[in-house]
Amino acid sequence: MISSTIGIWNYWIVFCLMMIGLFLVIGRKNLLKKIVGLAIFQTSVFLLYITFGKIKGGTPPILNESIDTIYSNPLPHVLILTAIVVGVATTALGLSLVLRINSEYGSIEEDDVSAQDLVDYHDDIETGKNFDLKFKK
Amino acid sequence: MISELLINAFLVTIMLSIAIALIKTRTVIFTVILTSAYSLVAALMFITLDAVDVAFTEASVGAGISTILFLAAMAYLPKKEEESISSEFIPALSCIILGVILIWCSFDLPEIGQLTAPIHQHIAPEYIKGSKEDIGIPNIVTSVLASYRGYDTFGETIVVFTAGVAVLALLEKKNTTKKNKSQPKQKIRKNA
Amino acid sequence: MHNNPILRISTKILFAPIILFGLYVQFHGDFGPGGGFQAGVIVASAFILYSLVFGIEEGKKLFPTNINLILLALGGIVYGGVGIVSMILGDEFLAYNILGSSPQSGQHIGILLVEFGVGLTVSNVMIALFNAFASYDKVKEK
Repeated sequence: MISSTIGIWNYWIVFCLMMIGLFLVIGRKNLLKKIVGLAIFQTSVFLLYITFGKIKGGTPPILNESIDTIYSNPLPHVLILTAIVVGVATTALGLSLVLRINSEYGSIEEDDVSAQDLVDYHDDIETGKNFDLKFKK
Repeated sequence: MISELLINAFLVTIMLSIAIALIKTRTVIFTVILTSAYSLVAALMFITLDAVDVAFTEASVGAGISTILFLAAMAYLPKKEEESISSEFIPALSCIILGVILIWCSFDLPEIGQLTAPIHQHIAPEYIKGSKEDIGIPNIVTSVLASYRGYDTFGETIVVFTAGVAVLALLEKKNTTKKNKSQPKQKIRKNA
Repeated sequence: MHNNPILRISTKILFAPIILFGLYVQFHGDFGPGGGFQAGVIVASAFILYSLVFGIEEGKKLFPTNINLILLALGGIVYGGVGIVSMILGDEFLAYNILGSSPQSGQHIGILLVEFGVGLTVSNVMIALFNAFASYDKVKEK
């Protein structure tokens, strides 16, 4: 019983971590916190994959001389290894977008940004020459 | 085997506590440092799960470079996170419901480390055999990465390249686009 | 940070060993954990450390931006070039068997070159990212 609970304990915590990451993305209004949430979500997905690849009594997938060694599954490792590096590159892209939003709007809170957009939108409607100008930009 | 699983369970619980601290904190520097710590504990997890290459990458990329990038970006951003006006009840509730559904499904997943699990049946044994016979490279991860799945890695390299170019385009061309963009906006404001 | 002697001297001492470790990880990736992705990040971290301690301008003197941008693109070209060469020699794209005298040596050569391309791209992307973030403020002032 205990061993079977520990056997799926990893999955439970990984799912909790995923949900925490998802909550940071959809629940928090701070754009930097959203990117951190994405990173948390990403890492928990990596953990899930690597957990699938583990074999009891296995060794890391580096060949050695003895014949009857059990190697853990190398395929998830390959997928995740590249995903980590791509993940940091996309995180950097998100951060640079946040920097640009901060310099245009003076804030990285989603409420402020959308409020400013709303004010601009109503100004445009009142002046009348709104939409084609907006689309030309 | 049990002790290995216990170490795993312990580390993953540390990660959970770090993630909960991340929800609570409102200071940006604390957030960044906690993210770095989270990556480092994840790297330890990867070692106990036999993924040495992944652990190496996570320690150098996740805990190293990404923290530096966060710190560099943080210098231009507000240092405190504001309390949000809108309620966080609905997002929290939907996350909890989704989490409960996922945990409910987890009873159908194979236990950790079962050799009979479907993932270990299909193509991995061929790679392990072929890495010795066809390629002659001891590190199976490298041989799968660069040879069997060479197309994937080519694509990933191009993605990294594209992301780098996109960041350069976003951050460096600023002074030319800014002038053109901000002037019409002010005009509209004056008319209103 | 620029006037702290401990930081300056330890950076100068650490710089070469970090590069050496990066090269070890790059070319020992066939036999142990490592490979182009990790090595690229480690080599980049040496240059980032230098830029952090001595300032971004000194870092750009050490590793000029235009060389950085050329190498950034060169990594992908090396990777794709290996595929093109194997096509010219009469096999499929990225099939390394034909590159050497025997299939196994062909695989060795192909994997080494491909990993080198990956390392080149990753290290230069990381340096370029850091430079872009660190010099963002100066762009703003102009």
